[in-house]
Amino acid sequence: MCLSVPSKVVEIQAGEMATVETMGVRRQVSLALMPETVELGDYVLIHVGFAMNKIDEADALQSLALYQEMIALMDAPHASN
Amino acid sequence: MRQTEDHALALQQLYEGFRDPKTLQALAEQITERAQYLSRPLRIMEACGGHTHTVMKYGLKSLLPELIEFIHGPGCPVCIMPKERIDQAIALAQMENTILLTLGDMIRVPGSKTSLAKVSAQGHDVRALYTPMDAIQIAQQHPDKQVVFFAIGFETTTPMTAVVLQQAQQLGLTNLFFHINHVLVPPAVSALLEDDDCRIEALIGPSHVSVIAGAKIYQPLVDSYGLPIVVSGFEPVDVMQSLLMIVEQVLANQPRLQIQYSRAVNWEGNVKAQQLMEQFLQPRATFRWRGLGDIPFSALQLRPEFAQWDAEQVFAHHLSNEALDDHKMCICGDILRGIAQPKDCAVFGRGCDPQRPLGSCMVSSEGACHAYYRYANVPKIPGRSQGAVK
Ligand code: SF4
Repeated sequence: MCLSVPSKVVEIQAGEMATVETMGVRRQVSLALMPETVELGDYVLIHVGFAMNKIDEADALQSLALYQEMIALMDAPHASN
Repeated sequence: MRQTEDHALALQQLYEGFRDPKTLQALAEQITERAQYLSRPLRIMEACGGHTHTVMKYGLKSLLPELIEFIHGPGCPVCIMPKERIDQAIALAQMENTILLTLGDMIRVPGSKTSLAKVSAQGHDVRALYTPMDAIQIAQQHPDKQVVFFAIGFETTTPMTAVVLQQAQQLGLTNLFFHINHVLVPPAVSALLEDDDCRIEALIGPSHVSVIAGAKIYQPLVDSYGLPIVVSGFEPVDVMQSLLMIVEQVLANQPRLQIQYSRAVNWEGNVKAQQLMEQFLQPRATFRWRGLGDIPFSALQLRPEFAQWDAEQVFAHHLSNEALDDHKMCICGDILRGIAQPKDCAVFGRGCDPQRPLGSCMVSSEGACHAYYRYANVPKIPGRSQGAVK
């Protein structure tokens, strides 16, 4: 029950509610716990029907780039020294 | 409102990028390379059931050198719920004119005599909620009934309960009550580290507890016990990267607190959620954890000013507090303390399985026994040698 899913905000409603999309599935979540303003297109983590925070896109991209570098290093023939 | 569709990052990458087999392999190679320099086995506890699930589901153990061992900690709120609290939930569900609400797998966990699922089958109104928010609607729809929310979960789920109580208060609902079983991660890890049998040498810090509470909650554990801690995301690549970070810390002999899951976790956490928790809840003098016993200040309860919503007070005459032992074959307690593995249990897969769980670790998909049962090819015929379970 501690699993949370990254989702994208696709609609914002009155009363601190929003519709988010998670890999094709849409559902309504509460924004009551969000410490900052939520905008359309933001990525948020959802847990038991609540958005908990925003996912830092730049940070995620940085990690993914780092992994690509690692893979490139692994695939490259090993340096001789 | 601004329409921001110009993403550099696709939602899919947030899933697939952190599950990528090639990345896992690259990380595994690095870990294996660095682990050669370890002088002895490194026992790492993941204190979150989500991580246990990831480790088993993606077969991470098979990618790692033998020197790295996992200890599955007390990180599943369902698994650590002592029987007397489950019996209290059952007693509440059996009251007349009552609807008992809870989350997830809690319904199937056996208490001392029965489970919420069974009393529900007998005609009592027990409901598993998708979100605690639904408690409000149910209470509004049934003004003639008393609706009790059996609230469970770590720091992650606690602020949601606070929001529901805040709404109940604002709406003037007098028929919604809260039975609070929210527990805290750091005191439980401390209790484990104080134990003489403790075998934990590093900690993979929970993902979503930390989103709410902030990475700062683990610093005292680093300071007091010199424990390397890396707050990790829940995807397999996150866990592997965190393991690499832990190995590096151990090799450098510099235990510290690091955040691998920096796309979602920072030092302070969600301050708004923390304030809400503090407004409505306060530490409980002590709470009994299944298998770990009484741990001071390891759980929360409603503040005294909210006594009229507190099911433990309002319905005190229905509730017994007598401590109850676990099923005598069940070694969940030792598993949660990291001194046994599911395969050490005599009834694992042969008398205890997810359909008929004897203990709590088999009920929740985040429990160690359940994860082992589901993802390791355990032979179900007695007497056969152990399959992939290590
Ligand atoms: S297999 Fe069942 S009885 Fe054995 S420790 Fe796990 S939950 Fe308890």
